[in-house]
Amino acid sequence: MALRFEVLGRFNRARAARLTLPHFLCETPLFMPVGTQGTIKGLTTHQLEDIGCQIILGNTYHLALRPTSELIDEMGGLHKFMNWPRALLTDSGGFQMVSLLHLADITEEGVTFQSPVDGKPMLLTPEESIQIQNRIGADIIMALDDVVKTTITGPRIEEAMYRTLRWIDRCIAAHKKPKEQNLFGIVQGGLDPVLRDICVQGLVERNLPGYAIGGLAGGEDKDSFWRVVAQCTASLPESKPRYVMGVGYPLDIVVCSALGADMYDCVYPTRTARFGTALVPEGVLKLKHQSMADDTRPIDSTCECMVCKNYTRAYLHCLVTKDAMGSQLLSYHNLYYMMQLSRNLHSSIIEGKFPEFVCDFLRKMFPEGDVPEWVCNAMEVAGIDISSCSTPLNSKLNLHTSSG
Amino acid sequence: MPPAERREDSIDGAVAQTQVHSEQESTNMKFAIKAWCKSGRARVGLLQLKSSSSLGQGGPPAKEIEIETPALLLTTRKGLPAFISPDHLSFLPSPDSRLLQFSPMHFMEGPNSKTISNIGGVHRLLGLQGYGFVAVPRDSILSLPESYSSNKNGASFETPCGRFLVKPLEYMKMITSMKPDLWVSLADEVPASVTAKRNKTSVDRTITWLDDCISLNPRERALFGSVVGGCSVEERQRCAQEVAKRNVSGYYIGGFGLGDSIDERSTFLHAVTDSLPKEKPRQVCGLGLPEEVLQGIAAGIDLFDSTYIYHLTLEGFALIFPLNGKCKQHVSDPQLCATAGDYTKINLKATVYRKDASRIVEGCKCYTCQNHTKAYINHLLNVHEMLAQILLEIHNTHHYLSFFRLIREAITEGKFEEFRQNH
Repeated sequence: MALRFEVLGRFNRARAARLTLPHFLCETPLFMPVGTQGTIKGLTTHQLEDIGCQIILGNTYHLALRPTSELIDEMGGLHKFMNWPRALLTDSGGFQMVSLLHLADITEEGVTFQSPVDGKPMLLTPEESIQIQNRIGADIIMALDDVVKTTITGPRIEEAMYRTLRWIDRCIAAHKKPKEQNLFGIVQGGLDPVLRDICVQGLVERNLPGYAIGGLAGGEDKDSFWRVVAQCTASLPESKPRYVMGVGYPLDIVVCSALGADMYDCVYPTRTARFGTALVPEGVLKLKHQSMADDTRPIDSTCECMVCKNYTRAYLHCLVTKDAMGSQLLSYHNLYYMMQLSRNLHSSIIEGKFPEFVCDFLRKMFPEGDVPEWVCNAMEVAGIDISSCSTPLNSKLNLHTSSG
Repeated sequence: MPPAERREDSIDGAVAQTQVHSEQESTNMKFAIKAWCKSGRARVGLLQLKSSSSLGQGGPPAKEIEIETPALLLTTRKGLPAFISPDHLSFLPSPDSRLLQFSPMHFMEGPNSKTISNIGGVHRLLGLQGYGFVAVPRDSILSLPESYSSNKNGASFETPCGRFLVKPLEYMKMITSMKPDLWVSLADEVPASVTAKRNKTSVDRTITWLDDCISLNPRERALFGSVVGGCSVEERQRCAQEVAKRNVSGYYIGGFGLGDSIDERSTFLHAVTDSLPKEKPRQVCGLGLPEEVLQGIAAGIDLFDSTYIYHLTLEGFALIFPLNGKCKQHVSDPQLCATAGDYTKINLKATVYRKDASRIVEGCKCYTCQNHTKAYINHLLNVHEMLAQILLEIHNTHHYLSFFRLIREAITEGKFEEFRQNH
């Protein structure tokens, strides 16, 4: 194990913790921006530090293609190659393959696919995935899992869950740097609570440094989504970090944190920036919209970032989607927003003000009190009283709560 | 105002250090010459820009920028560099990097004049209150003079959102709302290929529009009069002499970099600079390459814009030419040749840099060289990541600003001609 996880404060299931990784001391809950190809699009490492990023994701699939994990290893590892002094996390490569390559196929051996470079048949095994990640050198590496979309039903889900458990042992065996890199297991099992439970138990038996909740953020309905997270966080060990992969929207992060998750990643903030959408407490602000052309206010008057302190919506309106600078400035703001959200989650839990923070957050996003039902249900399970900011749904609330 | 006389400084081995104060055409700009080179044309000057708070709204405190010339104006898109964000801009050498050039036509698809006024002008619009802005109608990337469509009413420009005919009145409206530190009068810039008649017309129009601009000029902002005249010595002189009679703070020399050849250019440059008063600053557009800059400085130009950095950056090139002013490196390096590089620049896309853990230029103090390797930039270029252009524009700007600094030192030390030979 190459990490330390100390819970510093709690509110019911939510926790604020200190996560000490080989390269950085992090505070959770935290959001991790995705730097697919060894860079966060349009931002320098100096800016990422200014914004307060703690951990960045690298995508193993992309990096293995270019510049290759062997080259990264020769150059001293990804930290050195991209000059990022803080923490890094790499995924296993499996997800990209399955989602990006239309001829990918999963067998017991691994993921077979056609090389995008020359069309040759290739195979990514658990062993190979771990070896690639060992060469890249991230603080946290992910086990190769058999990931299935939650919209699929049937025996495939069970098959995938059991295979994930068999593969974790192969990953553990192949892992050459357990003292420098933390191997996280990923809980699969679709939307089936029984399968999820078996998977959790199986992974916990392996005593891994941390656990991820996978297979979500892929199109399932929100009601199913939060229930899987709630179930997993309830049964995963208290003393280890929990990472919900592919999440996401600020609202989802607040809910999952209330339910006891600690780490998140998503391309959403940076990707939506490139389309001209800014993240704001009210939700989103579409800067491309004609109404922004004369708007001399900043994106968010409560935001302390360089972009909000210096630029108007009107100016950004003329930049976004047209000039590289537009992407840069908006990505900067959106990531700042996510890191500020992370900081607020952490500090509000420690200061014993988490419910107030949640209510304030929901009030700004749903000023009419129309908080979605799934959020209300999840908060009920999390033990957070949001009656002050949501219009009660009467009997609906009581019918849908699960036994957390 | 009589045409400026040629200085006959016969100096043996030393350079005349003369303080010549410019006339105060405006309250916000001062220009003084600090040193001359032996031939008497190239000079080192000090440009001072001041601004008091804008709009009387308790805006930013008075700023003062002092820039030594010859100086490079940084090229911008809609007021900001193409890739260098404001926080990284502040890491570039100061005050060298504090003069930015833009065309008001950049904002044809931008906030309109009223909105820019409401915001308080370009400095506030761009969040760069401590910087100096020079407004020039022509921009070699985003606002190209389209002389075929220009007419007696206005100059035509080709922009990404279409072609626009800009009349002096409209131009002045833009300038008034934007409030740049320096601005250039509307000119009819024509390419080298036009007929003599069209060329003469361009001079007539440019002078008329200058008078229009002057009559509409907000007094507190420094105006540079435009001088055109194409490839005709007589027209160049005529235009320069006419403009020199007007009450302007400096001169903008237009019409170059539009199909004229570098070999014949000196004649026309001298025709202009020899006809202009020495004590006022001269700016040129379209002389971007190092040899063109040296040619312009040798003719007595003080301010340059350049799209050289932008084009290099887009193509993946990084400047490496030695800045020590010593002998040209005779590099018959097959590696450089094979990678489309030469002794001035390298192309970081080349596979030879895949594992090169060295800096673009050892000892370079720019953010890129202090933090990243050739190998990393090579990777970024190969995977088409925007960070490649950001890092390259930072380095290339830094390097080119250092080039200008060396030129100024060479002039001050009386070694400009030698310096020019070596480059």
